Amino acid sequence: MSSTAQAPPSLDISRIREEFPILHQQVHGKPLVYLDNANTSQKPRLVLDALKKYYEFENANIHRATHVLSERSTQAYEGARERVRKFVNARESAEIILTTGCTDGLNLVAQSYARPRLKPGDEILVSWMEHHSNIVPWQLVCEQTGAVLKVVPITDSGELMLDEFDRLLGDRTKIVAIVHVSNALGTINPIETIIAKAHARGVPVLVDGAQAVPHLPVDVQALDCDFYAFSSHKMYGPTGSGALYGKRALLDAMPPYRGGGDMISSVTFEKTTYNTLPYKFEAGTPNIAGVVGFGAAVEYLGGFDMRAIAAHEHDLLEHATRGISEIPGVTVVGTAPKKAGVLSFIMDDIHPHDIGTVLDRDGVAIRTGQHCAQPIMDRFGVPATARASFAIYNTHDEIDTFLRAVRRVREMFA
Amino acid sequence: MSELRDLYQEVILDHHKRPRNFRAMEDATRQAQGHNPLCGDRVTIFVRMAGGKVEDVSFQGSGCAISKASASLMTDALKGATVAEVDALFEQFQAMVTSAPDADVDLDSLGKLAVFAGVREFPSRVKCASLAWHALRAALKSDEVIVSTESAAD
Repeated sequence: MSSTAQAPPSLDISRIREEFPILHQQVHGKPLVYLDNANTSQKPRLVLDALKKYYEFENANIHRATHVLSERSTQAYEGARERVRKFVNARESAEIILTTGCTDGLNLVAQSYARPRLKPGDEILVSWMEHHSNIVPWQLVCEQTGAVLKVVPITDSGELMLDEFDRLLGDRTKIVAIVHVSNALGTINPIETIIAKAHARGVPVLVDGAQAVPHLPVDVQALDCDFYAFSSHKMYGPTGSGALYGKRALLDAMPPYRGGGDMISSVTFEKTTYNTLPYKFEAGTPNIAGVVGFGAAVEYLGGFDMRAIAAHEHDLLEHATRGISEIPGVTVVGTAPKKAGVLSFIMDDIHPHDIGTVLDRDGVAIRTGQHCAQPIMDRFGVPATARASFAIYNTHDEIDTFLRAVRRVREMFA
Repeated sequence: MSELRDLYQEVILDHHKRPRNFRAMEDATRQAQGHNPLCGDRVTIFVRMAGGKVEDVSFQGSGCAISKASASLMTDALKGATVAEVDALFEQFQAMVTSAPDADVDLDSLGKLAVFAGVREFPSRVKCASLAWHALRAALKSDEVIVSTESAAD
């Protein structure tokens, strides 16, 4: 392992791009410039080949049969779980629950950890910069239990107000649910600090890591988080798959989330007993191919130093931010000193929707709208923003194309 | 770029920058809100009916150039119209914006509203163009209501 004083090795971006077939197409007669990675990422050949190979050579149901194909599929599935475990440095594979995505994992914790425990007046602490998937499950739990949602405010630059966090973290707080990297603002939250503060008061912490795991090193043991949820499709894997890390002691004490096959040990109409971890939380035939693809994506990412990826994307962010700040009438939304590769912006008198349409005609794909984060839009007093978000395969030239297209918007609506 | 110019024609850009009838109406007899949760477009349509005709119509709200221009052109087109005429125009407008880009549509009967024919090349913007119209129809049908582009199509 290289020391932190050394710069991480730089990436061969053109070689990386060759591994992503979808990038090499034209859109409206222009080369595709895909800058909507926070929405979903594109997939390398390694992942595409794994998906094809699974259905061509390995497909059978898992954990359930004694024939060769079933052995292959089970190995592929459990092999993926083990890869995910290693990638986030969980201690054991029992602590990696394979889900259908980050939203699924967040709902699992809400329903299986929080709901059985919470009493009327208990508190759940979230923040103003959460994605709807880390707000709505808690609102549901509050309705179901009489608990109350408390919300940490954020500054105008899009950072958590840590003194407010201290004030809100109280005797009745039963869980803190916090995003690692904000999808709308790009802010990287100081979750180590948050976890330390919460633990000092005996409060567990759930982290929404969907926008973090693809872009920076994540070590769940080092973080000491109690739960950490993320999605395959944000990190170069297929949709419909994801993982929830949870500390064994917590997962062991939680009732099942969904009932059905595979999560049981024995079933009679008098009594049913549940399977051990992680299977207790994996009911029914899962998205096996999706998990296999997820495992391939983790294998792909594992071939890089995550710090190199973070540095590359940071470089793109700087270039884009500098460039866009020079365009008259543009305001960047989300200006925290520590940001991942997400650039949200608005333009005077020009709605993001119109920005998106003009950019699309230049082959540039960004997201426009509320980014499943209406509270953040309300907080900054905007109906919507335009958002460019970067990944391992984006280049400086692509940022330049993006900036030229934004200038064209300005000219068109002058 | 010609398709972009088809969408963002001079008329549309003009009505976006200088929307007509862009005001609240205190003596409205009917009003309704429209909302597109996917992009944040919001519009409120105010109508004052008298003798079965639209005596005055105005709008407020925030949204993209297409939704604003559409609301503006709509309010211009509807002054003095009967309820039946409003319904007919609504159907014609909807038919136009949801038709295939090369389909033959009777643009003459739509007058200035025909500028939105370009929206057909941009399926993701059709809801922007029709938001104000849906809100208007809701306003004429009942008193106060919020129409969303994501609720069941009427």
